[in-house]
Amino acid sequence: MADVYINSRFVGTVDDINLFVENIKDERRKGSLAEDVNVYTDIENNEVHVNCDGGRARRPLIIIKEGKSLLTERHLKQLKDGEITWADLVRQGVVEYLDAGEEENALVAYDETQLTEKHTHMEITPGSISGIATALVPFGNFNQSSRLIIGSKNQKQSLGFYAANYHIRLDMDTNLLHYPQFPLVKTKLHDVTNYDEHPAGQNMVVAIMCFDGYNMEDGVILNKSSVERGLARSTYFRPVSAEELRYSGGLIDEVSIPDKEVKGYRSEADYKFLEGDGIIYPEAKVCDGDVIIGRTSPPRFLSSLDEYNLSAAIRRESSVSLKHGEKGVADFVVITENEEGNKLVQVRLREERIPEIGDKFTSRHGQKGVTGILVPVQDIPFSANGITPDLIFTPHGISSRMTISHLLELIGGKVGALSGRFVDGTLFEAESELNMRAELLNLGFKEDGTETFYDGRTGKQMLAKIYVGNMYYLRLRHLVANKMQSRARGPIQLLTRQPTEGKAKEGGLRLGEMEKDVFIAHGASLLLKERFDSDKTNLPVCEKCGLVAVEDQYKNRKYCLMCGEDVNINYVEMSYAFKLLLDEIRSLGIYPKLNLENKY
Amino acid sequence: MKAEHTKIINSYADKLPPLVLKTVEEEVPGNISASNLSKIMEGVIAAYKYAEVHPGESVGLVGAESIGEPGTQMTLNTFHLAGVAEVQVTTGLPRIIEVFDARKEIKTPMMEIYLKSPHNKNMEKVRKFAANIKEMKFEEFVSEYSLSIFDQTLKVVLNKGLLDDNALVAKDLIKLIKTKAKGFNLTSQNEEILFTHKGKTEEIKDLYAIKEKIKDVKVGGVKGLKQVLPVKRNEEYVVLTSGNNLKDVLALPEVDSNRTTSNDIYEIYKVLGIEAARQAIINEVYKVVESQGLNVNIRHIMLVADVMCASGVVKGVTRYGVVSEKASVLARASFETPLKHLFNAALEGEVDDLTSVVENVMINQPVPIGTGLPGLITKMK
Repeated sequence: MADVYINSRFVGTVDDINLFVENIKDERRKGSLAEDVNVYTDIENNEVHVNCDGGRARRPLIIIKEGKSLLTERHLKQLKDGEITWADLVRQGVVEYLDAGEEENALVAYDETQLTEKHTHMEITPGSISGIATALVPFGNFNQSSRLIIGSKNQKQSLGFYAANYHIRLDMDTNLLHYPQFPLVKTKLHDVTNYDEHPAGQNMVVAIMCFDGYNMEDGVILNKSSVERGLARSTYFRPVSAEELRYSGGLIDEVSIPDKEVKGYRSEADYKFLEGDGIIYPEAKVCDGDVIIGRTSPPRFLSSLDEYNLSAAIRRESSVSLKHGEKGVADFVVITENEEGNKLVQVRLREERIPEIGDKFTSRHGQKGVTGILVPVQDIPFSANGITPDLIFTPHGISSRMTISHLLELIGGKVGALSGRFVDGTLFEAESELNMRAELLNLGFKEDGTETFYDGRTGKQMLAKIYVGNMYYLRLRHLVANKMQSRARGPIQLLTRQPTEGKAKEGGLRLGEMEKDVFIAHGASLLLKERFDSDKTNLPVCEKCGLVAVEDQYKNRKYCLMCGEDVNINYVEMSYAFKLLLDEIRSLGIYPKLNLENKY
Repeated sequence: MKAEHTKIINSYADKLPPLVLKTVEEEVPGNISASNLSKIMEGVIAAYKYAEVHPGESVGLVGAESIGEPGTQMTLNTFHLAGVAEVQVTTGLPRIIEVFDARKEIKTPMMEIYLKSPHNKNMEKVRKFAANIKEMKFEEFVSEYSLSIFDQTLKVVLNKGLLDDNALVAKDLIKLIKTKAKGFNLTSQNEEILFTHKGKTEEIKDLYAIKEKIKDVKVGGVKGLKQVLPVKRNEEYVVLTSGNNLKDVLALPEVDSNRTTSNDIYEIYKVLGIEAARQAIINEVYKVVESQGLNVNIRHIMLVADVMCASGVVKGVTRYGVVSEKASVLARASFETPLKHLFNAALEGEVDDLTSVVENVMINQPVPIGTGLPGLITKMK
């Protein structure tokens, strides 16, 4: 006797668990039960769970009967010839989907060599242990799992050919790689996912060596001449949009070149790119401050009383312009309507992004690095054949991270490039290292992948043989051009009078608590004061009551709110934040009196 | 050592601390000439001056950062060494926080009991001593309680084997629990103790209460020592305990009171005084720092310990302890519970003289540290 649950709801009991479960499985494989029914026996609690609801992750496995796979050579041939499809295999009961519960009762073999009488299922491929992004890492089974995870995460950030209709799309913040390539060292997943239709990297010649330390601590060195020929070049797209909003009272925004009377009118030069319709013309080169879409809004707080008041009827300027540090080329203009039926103008800006110092590159093995220098071809090391690397990677990145797959891809890429074929690096089923080495030897190279190199600047032969080959490198979307920022003077916050924070607001970098401690530890007291002078103020303070007094610059008089005009008022230098603190303390009902005394 | 040398060395008594003078006296060769000795003394003074902290050096902040920064690298949790028979210990950051906060109830109180010379060599004897000092409760001797509702009696059956091990009989235990069991007649039969009401109250509740009450009665050992573990340390055996009772343990004749310690700072303060507590803080923190494979100069820890003990009682580095002693209202308010400090300051009409670092940073004035410390005095005309 065992309890039976369907979708976790008790429905009844059965006498023979095994018979019941086997029946369900048989019916499912025959097709008289839906193929997404799964059954799970909980032997400990003497329960049978039948599940057919949504939300269960299931995966396909080949069914094994009496130690033999139901998937025969005939099936494979039929599949190849296109006579049957995957769905037919499922229908025939050769392949079935198991959920997490039923998997508990199954014994799954990795491959045919493992099969015994006891096995109930077999993996379609041992590589199915990994997900799609992870399976894109070649030779992944040679690595630590954590490196595989990092490697698959990096691939998601790579620049590539993200959509074939990119030229009519208005996605936020996209990048497009100029000459994307299919990887020389591929995995089966590359074929299955049509990777050649949306590649995301380029095959580069990579040398693993040091070059004056410009690639230390996860740096990479790029060949400047390769970059000039278009290596890893990309374009950055960003849309700018403006909407004609409707306000109460039938008032509406208007996209047009603002009149000079408009409140908040900029200078004529700022509107120079606008055409008659108030929208920028394509291919205009713009930089910060330039107006992209001219727009005016109705006056704020318009009430019936003000209708006769001419000054209040002036419209406001609300154009969309480029913020500090932004630049680009107007690429594509769309005039359309949004969901509310308002006129919507979108302008896509384009900017070419040539690799520069600070841009991030990675191989597919979690070996990311930041460009440290671009070396012109005449200075870069070259091999005896005259080959110069496109990218130089540091050997120190390998030892601690133990990414063997990185080294194998390099040798695999070299074999692929020299013999003109793609090398298979599928998880657990990759081409063997020994074969690749032998092939390399046949191709007339050293079998360990190293070559004699010469320093491009001196022409001297390098003492060490350099490990060099072809690798699929990805340019990651973290480009310095989007992040670089500096400030000497700039906007301040209204409340605290301290500098704003963040790139968008042209902000400063905070000198924080711990940085402050450094100044104190060095005893640099006066330097610290100077660093914190950003919100310095000179405030009039009443000598009698010790509260902040009032200075009326129009009437040129000073007085204390408590004691009147008949007191001595002195100026005290303090941070504005401290003045705010005094105000807040006063709001607590505490009287913070400043006792003034001579500083000297 | 000639008397002449001693005289020269002693003439520097006002310039150098006694320990340095003593070291020089011991290290200097006996046949040294007086002029050479004077030269050495000048060199010693120069070295001593060089090692001194300069005026305006921010030792406190440097100390705080020097302990705080390695703290970020520390393993956060207590970890156990699998398979090793050791008492569980709090280490790492939690332990450092515990010590610096001067907690009165520490997580894992422990003692290291060293024994005097004849007692510490024989494993068997040490083991016996350890068993003797372990706190034994009445409960441990009981193998069965039976409450009879009809007779209104409580029968406690004792474990004979344990009684024999400790050379006790039921009568001994009765003596111990008598004071707790007022209003009851206690009779013993072999290994059984029978509780009967003296009066004629029919309350079964009382019997139940007395059962719970007598469980905690101490039968033997030292109070508080929950576990004992004799271990070999170098050439001798020491007893590690979990639970502590420094006062009673030090009174035992076999115990070497010079080396026996507890890890409870507050207990050490109460039993041995403030200087011992200061040293205990230093030892405990340094032990953790060392066990984590970090490198913190002991002087930083000494400074913190000094601050904690300066007032004569152990004060934690918390808003109730050391921080509450700060002279500046603003400095106190900038560290936890600002409103409380501001209100109290307002009630007392406190004046902030702005003599320390934090408050001067707040009002953007030069901090009185390093270059901000010296001032110029000039005569005004």
